[in-house]
Amino acid sequence: MFGTAIIVFREVLEASLLIGVVAAATRAVPGRNRWLAAGISAGLAGSGLVAASTGAIAEIASGIGQEIFNALVLGIAVLMLAWHNIWMSSHGAALMADMRKVGSAIRDGRRECSILAIVVGLAVLREGSETVLFLYGISAAGGPGSSGMLVGGLVGVTAGIAVGYTIYAGLLRIPMRWLFSATSLLVMLLAAGMASQAARFLIQADLLPSLAAPIWDASATLPENSIFGILLHSLIGFETRPAGMQMVFYLATVLAITSGMKWAKHQPPAFSHKKDVS
Amino acid sequence: MKHLSLLSLLLPLAALAAESADNGYLLIIEDHRFKPVELVVPAGKKIRLRVENRDSTPEEFESHALNREKVVPARATAAIFIGPLSPGRYPFFGEFNEKTAQGTVIAH
Repeated sequence: MFGTAIIVFREVLEASLLIGVVAAATRAVPGRNRWLAAGISAGLAGSGLVAASTGAIAEIASGIGQEIFNALVLGIAVLMLAWHNIWMSSHGAALMADMRKVGSAIRDGRRECSILAIVVGLAVLREGSETVLFLYGISAAGGPGSSGMLVGGLVGVTAGIAVGYTIYAGLLRIPMRWLFSATSLLVMLLAAGMASQAARFLIQADLLPSLAAPIWDASATLPENSIFGILLHSLIGFETRPAGMQMVFYLATVLAITSGMKWAKHQPPAFSHKKDVS
Repeated sequence: MKHLSLLSLLLPLAALAAESADNGYLLIIEDHRFKPVELVVPAGKKIRLRVENRDSTPEEFESHALNREKVVPARATAAIFIGPLSPGRYPFFGEFNEKTAQGTVIAH
């Protein structure tokens, strides 16, 4: 039962941390709760669907369908998180300053929230489908221990959500004028970590060269299973044994988002309103 | 695996060129155990692992040392590319049945 709780906890944690950070980042955006809920529900529904079609997905593209699927889901999430950060750097300050903004703020807020709903949905979808598969395996195997293991699964889900909520509550304690910078930084590192994970899947599928693997080995000081290792991995995409290509993806994402945010900040607001392309 | 050298940067390309149609290594999952428990592969080469799950439940092939994870559906075979590896031992496990599903890739 304990082992089950740990596995489920690890799966839930990544999605839960992302939701916590995103929720804090959009604190001032009108109507974000409904969008978050919509994203989570869609992600949960999708998890079942993906879990049920794991066999079919796996067979696509001669056995590397799973990697392509994961890389695609991660890639879309990275693009949307990047868009979020760049959008927030030009509109966020205004939103934070005046929460009761009308007109364009609400319209923009809606578009912003739908983007985030998709990000949240994708995160839940990815982690959720593995959890569903795992729990399905337990219940299908039956046996005397299976009900205890399902209880373990429930404990894992609860603990994962609790950590995500703790991050959210912690971020909200940051004074308003720093909250924006803190969440922007976190969202950027989350996105970079996801880009690095996408690269790993493409290496695993032999669609990208690894460019030296691993470029460092921190497993002695920070094992992958340690709480600290898991948290750092989920929050900022830290890897104990990354491939060179993963670093390339990570740094490229950081660079792209940073320059995008700098660019957006220096645009007159009217211009960035009209600019609809992501 | 300790340091970054120019040679290791070039190795993936060399391996790519050397990769032939079917130099896969078979790993079987049965009764939540890996067979063989120790899989010997050549070092410095990209390897195509074929993981065949004969159980009626899904399994997740996972290895921190190899930096790999992949779900293998029930009664299905998955392809996983690993390496090029430095000589050494690389433990892996089945995340869904970690107690029994343990194994090691040995590169030399």
